[in-house]
Amino acid sequence: MTTEIKPQVDVRLPVEYTDARVNANIPAGPIEQKWSKHKFEMKLVNPSNRRKYTVIVVGTGLAGGAAAATMAEMGYSVKAFCYQDSARRAHSIAAQGGINGAKNYRNDGDSVYRLFYDTIKGGDFRAREANVYRLAELSVNIIDQCVAQGVPFAREYSGYLDNRSFGGAQVSRTFYARGQTGQQLMLGAYQALSRQVAAGNVDLNERTEMLDVIVIDGRARGIVTRDMVTGKIESHLADAVVLATGGYSNVFYLSTNAKGCNVTATWRAHKRGAFFANPCYTQIHPTCIPVSGDHQSKLTLMSESLRNDGRVWVPLKAGDPRSPDKIPEDERDYYLERRYPSYGNLAPRDISSRAAKIVCDEGRGVGPGGLGVYLDFTAAIKRLGESTVRERYGNLFDMYERITGENPYKGPMRIYPAVHYTMGGLWVDYNLMSTIPGLFVGGEANFSDHGANRLGASALMQGLADGYFVLPATISNYLAQGGLEKVDTTHSAVQEAVQSVTALTQKFLDIKGTRTVDSFHRELGKIMWEYCGMSRTDEGLRYALQRIPELRQQFWTDLRVLGSGDDLNQELEKAGRVADFIELGELMCLDALERAESCGGHFREESQTPDGEALRNDDDYCYVAAWEHTGEPSKAVLHRETLHFENIHLAQRSYK
Amino acid sequence: MKITVNVWRQKNASSKGRLEKYQVDHVSPDMSFLEMLDTLNQQLMAKGEVPIAFDHDCREGICGSCGVVINGLAHGGQLATTTCQLHMRKFKDGDNITVEPWRANAFPVIKDLMVDRGSFDRIIQAGGFISAHTGSAPDANGTPIPKENADLAFEGAQCIGCGACVAACPNASAMLFTSAKVGHLGLLPQGQPERQQRVLKMVAQMDTEGFGGCTNIGECTAACPKEIGLHFISRLNRDLLGATLRGGSTVD
Ligand SMILES: Cc1cc2nc3c(=O)[nH]c(=O)nc-3n(C[C@H](O)[C@H](O)[C@H](O)COP(=O)(O)OP(=O)(O)OC[C@H]3O[C@@H](n4cnc5c(N)ncnc54)[C@H](O)[C@@H]3O)c2cc1C
Ligand code: SF4
Ligand code: FES
Repeated sequence: MTTEIKPQVDVRLPVEYTDARVNANIPAGPIEQKWSKHKFEMKLVNPSNRRKYTVIVVGTGLAGGAAAATMAEMGYSVKAFCYQDSARRAHSIAAQGGINGAKNYRNDGDSVYRLFYDTIKGGDFRAREANVYRLAELSVNIIDQCVAQGVPFAREYSGYLDNRSFGGAQVSRTFYARGQTGQQLMLGAYQALSRQVAAGNVDLNERTEMLDVIVIDGRARGIVTRDMVTGKIESHLADAVVLATGGYSNVFYLSTNAKGCNVTATWRAHKRGAFFANPCYTQIHPTCIPVSGDHQSKLTLMSESLRNDGRVWVPLKAGDPRSPDKIPEDERDYYLERRYPSYGNLAPRDISSRAAKIVCDEGRGVGPGGLGVYLDFTAAIKRLGESTVRERYGNLFDMYERITGENPYKGPMRIYPAVHYTMGGLWVDYNLMSTIPGLFVGGEANFSDHGANRLGASALMQGLADGYFVLPATISNYLAQGGLEKVDTTHSAVQEAVQSVTALTQKFLDIKGTRTVDSFHRELGKIMWEYCGMSRTDEGLRYALQRIPELRQQFWTDLRVLGSGDDLNQELEKAGRVADFIELGELMCLDALERAESCGGHFREESQTPDGEALRNDDDYCYVAAWEHTGEPSKAVLHRETLHFENIHLAQRSYK
Repeated sequence: MKITVNVWRQKNASSKGRLEKYQVDHVSPDMSFLEMLDTLNQQLMAKGEVPIAFDHDCREGICGSCGVVINGLAHGGQLATTTCQLHMRKFKDGDNITVEPWRANAFPVIKDLMVDRGSFDRIIQAGGFISAHTGSAPDANGTPIPKENADLAFEGAQCIGCGACVAACPNASAMLFTSAKVGHLGLLPQGQPERQQRVLKMVAQMDTEGFGGCTNIGECTAACPKEIGLHFISRLNRDLLGATLRGGSTVD
């Protein structure tokens, strides 16, 4: 396939680092052929032998659910785990807007190559080309697979599938199911998984939290879990382990993620030797319902699709006390349309969020505390009529009204950015294997495909690409290479892991201090939001790096967890997660400090263009930062994987 | 505002539970119902008392984790609203609120307000799927589906598996839940080959789990946060009758 896309500025060559510990194992050959060639060259496991292999899949979201179902269909013995009471409730269920697929059903110039190009550019040239190309390539198979499962995507009157355009894209390649795309895809994967549970191919363990990885002879051979109902701590052994445990946005306490989303699985794996890549890359979503008070327990996303018809604005004058309907057109600042005329209200997320922060910092924000901007549908309602707007966004408007008590058909919504997604995660090679052989990582839990900023409708695509297509192939290849000795629970490494989890669980209960888990979590969240949020500085990050260890110290001396470890204890569960978040927070700040450039969601105030746009520094930072744990987050060792752009040339990103 | 809550406390599945009375002092009308419980829990822990256990996750009305009976009504009785989306502005200063778990034989209480809804998963495992092996799918636009059918299928597919329908039903029947899935898959061309078997197996599992029979009372749909309509139950009954007459065969 050819492309006419030309780089906009001179090509610069990045600094070369060589670090054998982070060899991405990218197959040779032209980008269009890498995956098919690799698939052919990979080893296979004979169908009659597959049952002898056990694969553990932690997480039943899109990535984990799809991987577990597919590997079970292939004949492997699968053991799956999730912390919710049902596999169907993984946080993928909450995704609203849609999923990309380079089907070009609209004949509007889309192609695998264009989706690849958009994703690399959208990620601000901090993702690995080969992975992203494969993702774009598989996007078309995902749509087919989901439709075959009965996922009820939106259709036109002709009976064919409908598409819409989504933030950051100029083609309509997003498939959707009203505002509940994630739910429908999730149920598709859950039903495929349920079928395999019934067939006896998957041993599904709900309300079971993974608390450690078991590493034997340098390979991942199992996990340690705690039964969240009985408190029982157990080991599970396998030939390969998959972590598909989602993102860590909740390190900020307030985020659009579900309350239970956590970093524990990946963090504990990190402490056992898996490198953590680009932890500071977080996505702050521009369209969320603003905070209403100190009681706030989470933030609610209003789907980005709203920006297709809603116009974002603030008053021109700082501190304008008038209600929005009293402010005439010429005293409004439609700042996205003004600053980014070609993308307007559809400018990518990182850019839209920062623009909102800037106008609020100027005192032009609206609503309580001045932390909000208007998202206005007046023009859309006039143009399309209320019933069309209701058809498109009815459920979102209802949700807005339930939460705020305000009617968005009557006046504009108020929105503000909120933490939404984490591009960082465990480092993986092209085969999605971490630096611990046999430990694979899929979905939001890995770092691989979105660079420094994720485009809308791409996470669902990545989770399903990893789960349905990539992991089943690369894990088979890993297993087929053999060399896996039989292990049992008497092995010293198994005993040690079980004992360490048991001891840690008891430790939380033994502190008997005065402060609740939530109070520590909120405090951590404030530090992270302030110093490692939408805009970051050398000084602020250094301050945070001082504050977080102090907080950690207080946590371990003054925490109060009541009840016992032998039955259901939600505070105990949270304590483990927050302990890990505190350590992760420190690594995130370290990573953000080290990366003295701006790229995507990572905005360093020291590195910006004269008109306030993010300024990348490809000479010094065109790499993946993969951190190795050496005992303390502050002592983590940095390994650099240089990124090579052989197909799309490095260019400063512009959405003007 | 100040609110008094009577909350069901039960240590575990085998112990007996009872209602405990608590006062929550600083309730803001902008709080969600679960944030009110969070506030109460913080208050309890400050006093050294074990907090109240309740299921929740997304807090956006989509995961189906949350769900309690509030003043006798599943999810509190606000139209199309889950417990996590119910806000305290619906209550008044000084109100007395009773909070209990779902009550049904097929949903045993695990602790306080948490129940075990594994029976729902087993109903899906019995047949609530289309057997489409990964990799075997034809092009997604290969089979056009009339928008009307697709939209109706979507309506059923919206069920979040919360269990409110069961909690609201005097017979603790799982008909609305089961029919939503039978309807979703049965309305699509992809769902046809397994249609007869699906309804027979899912209904049999429903009975095995100990859910009650459906006597067309309609409390389920009134409590359903996704407004799944009773017409799905009629659809299931039609499918069930047809499948039974044909002995589960797809061949007429
Ligand atoms: C509100 C919202 C809207 C979104 N909208 C979109 C959208 O429109 N389009 C898009 O592409 N993306 C969207 N995203 C992003 C996307 O939904 C997620 O990135 C994606 O679904 C993550 O899938 P996953 O399978 O990696 O993880 P998840 O779905 O988060 O699943 C994680 C799984 O891991 C399990 N788990 C976690 N920790 C443990 C542990 N320690 N032990 C045992 N189990 C554990 C959980 O139980 C769960 O089963 C949205 C995200 C949010 C929050
Ligand atoms: S049918 Fe409605 S009430 Fe019943 S489980 Fe589904 S969403 Fe909940
Ligand atoms: S917590 Fe997810 S639906 Fe209420």
